[in-house]
Parts: sequence; structure tokens; C-alpha cells
Amino acid sequence: MAVLRRDLMLAWRGRTDVLVTLAFFVIVVCLFPFGVGPETNQLREIAPGVLWVAALLSTLLSLNRLFAQDHADGTLEQLLLSPEPTALWVVAKVVAHWIVTGLPLVIVAPGLALLFDLQQDALGVLVLSLALGSPILALLGAVGAALTLGLRGGGVLLALLILPLYVPVLIFGVGAVDAYLGGMGASAQLLLLGGGLLGALAAAPFACAAALRIAIE
Amino acid sequence: MLEAVQLACLKGDRLLFRDLALRLENGEMLRIAGPNGFGKTSLLRILCGLTMPEHGEVRWLGNSISREREVFHRALLYIGHSSALNDLLTPLESLMFACASGGSPVTREACMEALARMGLGAQTDLPTRVLSQGQRRRVGLARLFVGEEKRLWILDEPFTALDVAAVADLARTLEAHCAGGGGVVLTTHQDAPFSRLPRVLDLAGVAC
Repeated sequence: MAVLRRDLMLAWRGRTDVLVTLAFFVIVVCLFPFGVGPETNQLREIAPGVLWVAALLSTLLSLNRLFAQDHADGTLEQLLLSPEPTALWVVAKVVAHWIVTGLPLVIVAPGLALLFDLQQDALGVLVLSLALGSPILALLGAVGAALTLGLRGGGVLLALLILPLYVPVLIFGVGAVDAYLGGMGASAQLLLLGGGLLGALAAAPFACAAALRIAIE
Repeated sequence: MLEAVQLACLKGDRLLFRDLALRLENGEMLRIAGPNGFGKTSLLRILCGLTMPEHGEVRWLGNSISREREVFHRALLYIGHSSALNDLLTPLESLMFACASGGSPVTREACMEALARMGLGAQTDLPTRVLSQGQRRRVGLARLFVGEEKRLWILDEPFTALDVAAVADLARTLEAHCAGGGGVVLTTHQDAPFSRLPRVLDLAGVAC
């Protein structure tokens, strides 16, 4: 709890960092209509994919901040010496990170989707798929961030390590919106994302804790 | 209370020490001595459980610390080289967080008192980035005065960057902690004004 409060307070004090992630998301999404041209049907078709890929990239961009500062100033050592279970405060850190970087994306996504003329009733499914999927991205990313902590060129390595793991999330996230637009209903994909979230929540904190112990040695 | 047997420490491909044994009884202070690069900090980190030793084990009250991690860490206070302060937080917030995450939440008043005790009464609400090196050190050391007393203190160069008065005060504090039955393991290069010199373990003597 203390970790969650502190991380949110730090995010508030360093809010420019947070806005950068959001701005990146918005800009990447806005670049696509320029790139592929203003053909409405085409834009409508690529909208879910573009939003999801942009969300994925901006998550990746923010990940190295998750542990880097605490590693540099020694807070991580103190946290590892805490009698609390490591996985518990890892979850708190990831939750704080998601509130700061993931939640804003979920909130602005419907507005951006309108730029692509996405059907209004599909917006709900898009938001739901992002709300279920982005915490998975944060949890998996935390493991990668812990594994590459303190390495030279860790940022690139992190991308190589984590992006392949993001593929299933991307497929089901985009698939949910596409299935809804195709009239099939999105519940199957959304349930899979929900299951994935529970799975990641159960496994990732422990993997992350183990990786942090190795990184600190 | 703390005991280490047959410790070996490997840094890169260099063996720093091996077959190192040490024992710390209740109320005892142990000073780890040795030149730079002989593994003083590495030894402290092994004793804390931050690093796994290449060989051997550390025991707390007779149990291996890797098996009884929570019990051991509940009794341990480690202050390392880095101050564990975030530049964006105030000393007060840092101290309260350090105690809360260390498993013993404390009140705001208790933290204010501890900071005042370290001579930082006027700086409790400044962001840490404007503090001097010595003041940062003091914020870190303020943990010694707040919250439930931890039995074992492991301090890495606690006297660095402190002024003469603060060094004397810290030395008295450490002796008082030992007199109360606690244990202290520390490294230092300077001659701290202890009234009774602590037992010394010289790593130059066991180096490989």
C-alpha cells in the first residue's frame, strides 16, 4: 500500500514524464491517417489495429521507468530487504504504473477512434479490450524491465524480449473489436483477455520478483 | 545471533575471500576492515541476504537466512552506500516510506522527531534534491531513531560525509544500541570515537 501511494505521488510530481507517454500514443495514432490517406473505409478497417499497436508501443516506451530510478537510488535494495513478500509490492508498483500510463490510454482511445470513423457502438468493446489487455502488457513488461534492469542497451533488449510476448494480447485485443464489427460478438476474445489477465496476475509478479533479486546482485 | 560459516565471495572471476567465518553475539559491535576492493561491501550484502554467497551460508538465530527470510528481515536494518532517497520526495516522506516499506509503519510526528534529532528539523519539507551529501546521509540514518527497534544494524560506511559532531553522536547511538542487546556490523575507514573499540574483522587477512 505504501509503495502504491508513493509511486502515485512520484508520478504526480513528475507528471511531464507521464504526459510524454500519452502524447506519444496520440501522435502515433494521428500519424496513420497521414500515412495511409484519408480513405474512410480503409481507416475504419485499420482503426482497432492502429490503436492497439500504438498502445503497445507506448507501454513499451514507459516500461524502463518502472524500476530504473529505484534501482539507481537504492530504494530497490531496501524494498528487497522488506519483510513483506516481494511479489506483493511488485504488484503495487505495476498497478501504480498502469494507473499512470495504461489508464490514460484507455480513456483517450475512444476519442482517437472517432478520428478513424470507427462505429460508435464498437467503442465500448475497444475500451473494454484495452482495459483488459493493457494491464497484461504492464505485467509482462514488468518482468522484462526487471530482467534488463541495469544492463547496457537494456531498452532495445527489453523490446526484443517483450514484443513477441505481446503478440497474443494484440491478436485477441484487435480480434475482439473486429469480431464485434463482423457481428459475431466479442465475448470469446474478451473472456480470453480476462483469463490472460488473471494468468499474468498470478505468474508475472513472482517472475518479476525473482528477476529483481538477480538484477540487484 | 548472527553467524556465517565458510563464506566465499566471487566477483567477476576473482575470488575475494573464502572460508570466512564470523559470529556476532548479542550486544556486540563488529567492524569489517580492509583496503578498497577487498569485499567489505560484498560481505555486508551477503550478510543482509541481498547477494547469495558463492559458498557457505549465513544464519540468524541458528536458521539459514534464505529459509527464514521474513523473520530475519524483520529484525534487520541495512543502510548501504546509496541513500535510498528519491529526489522528488521530501525527507519526511522518504523516511515514512522507508519505515512503512520496512514493515513498521510510523507516525508523522515520530518521523519529525527523528529528523529533528539528526539536525534536519528545518528541512523536513524541502525536496531531497536540494539537500547536501551530508544531509542526505542524515536522512538515511534517521531510520535508526524511528519505529520499533530492529535488533541487527548493518551499516556500510555510516560515517561518510558526516561532520565531527554527527560522527560522535552516531558513535554514541551505536554503542547505546549494543548496550541494549542489539548487534551492529559496520565498515568504516575513519577512526570513530567509540569509547570501547569494536572487534575488528580484517578482510586483508583472509583475502585470496
